[in-house]
Amino acid sequence: MLKKEDVLKVSKLARLNITDEEATEYGAQFEKILDYFNALVSVPTDNVEPLTTPTPVELFLREDEVTQTNTVEDITSNAPDLRGNLFKVPPVV
Amino acid sequence: MDMHRLTVKEIAQGVRSKKFSALEVARAFRARIEKLDQKVNSFISLNTKFEEAASAVDAKIANGEDPGFLAGVPVAVKDLFCTKGLKTTAGSKMLSSFVPSYTATCVERLEQQGALVIGKTNMDEFAMGSSTETSFYGGCNNPWDLSYVAGGSSGGSAAAVAAHFAPVSLGSDTGGSIRQPASFCGLTGIKPTYGRISRFGMIAFASSLDQAGPMGKTVDDCSYILDGMCGPDERDSTTSRKAWEPVRDSVKRSTKFRVGLPVEYFKSAADEVVLKAFWKCIEDLKKQGVEFVDVSLPNTPHAVPVYYMVATSEASSNLSRYDGIRYGYRAEPEGKEWGSLEELYSKNRAEGFGKEVKRRILLGTFALSSGYYDAYYAKASKVRRLIRQDFMDVFKSCDLIMGPVTTTPAFKTGTRINDPMKMYLNDIFTTSVNLAGLPGMSIPVATTESGLPLAVQIIGPHFAEKNMLSLALEIEAISGFVGKVANGLQ
Repeated sequence: MLKKEDVLKVSKLARLNITDEEATEYGAQFEKILDYFNALVSVPTDNVEPLTTPTPVELFLREDEVTQTNTVEDITSNAPDLRGNLFKVPPVV
Repeated sequence: MDMHRLTVKEIAQGVRSKKFSALEVARAFRARIEKLDQKVNSFISLNTKFEEAASAVDAKIANGEDPGFLAGVPVAVKDLFCTKGLKTTAGSKMLSSFVPSYTATCVERLEQQGALVIGKTNMDEFAMGSSTETSFYGGCNNPWDLSYVAGGSSGGSAAAVAAHFAPVSLGSDTGGSIRQPASFCGLTGIKPTYGRISRFGMIAFASSLDQAGPMGKTVDDCSYILDGMCGPDERDSTTSRKAWEPVRDSVKRSTKFRVGLPVEYFKSAADEVVLKAFWKCIEDLKKQGVEFVDVSLPNTPHAVPVYYMVATSEASSNLSRYDGIRYGYRAEPEGKEWGSLEELYSKNRAEGFGKEVKRRILLGTFALSSGYYDAYYAKASKVRRLIRQDFMDVFKSCDLIMGPVTTTPAFKTGTRINDPMKMYLNDIFTTSVNLAGLPGMSIPVATTESGLPLAVQIIGPHFAEKNMLSLALEIEAISGFVGKVANGLQ
């Protein structure tokens, strides 16, 4: 069911290079995992709402106060490649 | 005095009353780590400012200021919690040089109470694993027997406490990552209700399942840490607004509970040695007056597949942030320059992530991709609601649930790492608790003939940590496990 080509397509979506051998290996493993998952097809879930957060979330707002965090120095301190205080990336256009 | 054997309370009281200094405590633990951690590999890095922080606690006391109720207590922190100025790797090459510019709320709160980060502990890469064998920094050995795994993903946090490198530690639990290593290493490990502890500054794996929690040698030690960490946080909107009522020294052991035993838990593949220890514990509790009832959680067999679909989907989304632009591992281009942004992303990620992380990102990306979303992620999220409903129905007729933590005691290093399905199936008793957002804890009760720890699990309704702790104190008192020492290092 999960061919090497399918895994390679997914790896493109995930922006994650994998080799042909890896694609074959992952494909075989995914097939096993998905087979196992397919047992769920028989569980009736009509009219069941998906559950995405397990406890009730009471949304709240914090006070809009000025704080001295996330300064430019902080944000850029881990960057692998900078020009001034800008992140350097390959040409995108 | 043997500082390594002191409880959290004894350390804090000793430091506060100047019986000994925080610096003396700090030096005692550090010396032990330096002497023995090469055999265990429980730490990825040590806090270079640890002794400085201990001296600051002593200075506060000398000045007559309140140093906090965790004064001078060293805490081993899973390398998943951001610590300002102290490298935080999540067990990955991707973050091998990442130094956060802020500290996770839960760690910050412990520090405000005088606790000291002694170091950052080893873990499965991005918490994806059950044995700490997926760590980029090498596996972590079980102090009870060094040829066995310490469990995972919080294996380093468990091993560090079992080896007396710290009195207590922090872990995170997405599908059992606190409770399983705690059970493998003879510790108490607590995953509170989803929303009890802020996830701010905790590197995300699966946001709707992740929860921080303590691991320690006693229930009391863990209670002190819970009091330090729990409660609402304006920086994480999924924390509950419910105030945390302190549990340390106030929750007492109790037997006045009606405890459910899910029949499905005993039809599964748990080892005889695990079940024997479990039923012995139940018999002992019955003698003390605890009432047991059979209950049914019919969707139990679906928990592991639902868990892996939800967790990998959320992981693929959460880990998309690691592009190697703003921080993280940066690969070298094939030619002189990078051809495109995509080429840069794809190579950074291919070289920065390990095998298990890649496997889960790909599986999650597949489950969320067009044409498969409804069949996989959406289906899993619906069955997830049924799993939670099972628990809610059962808690109408009982106060707590008990079951095993894992199907087996600790396993030998290298025996499961190449069979993902076998590794995943070991999580059958723990994952449903995360899917339902419930509090759960592991508590040691016995050892196998060869001396490996065995544990039982208590599961409570949402926000019922107090009852869970009461029963845990009872189990702790009757099992006589506290005081048993891991002897793999002797």
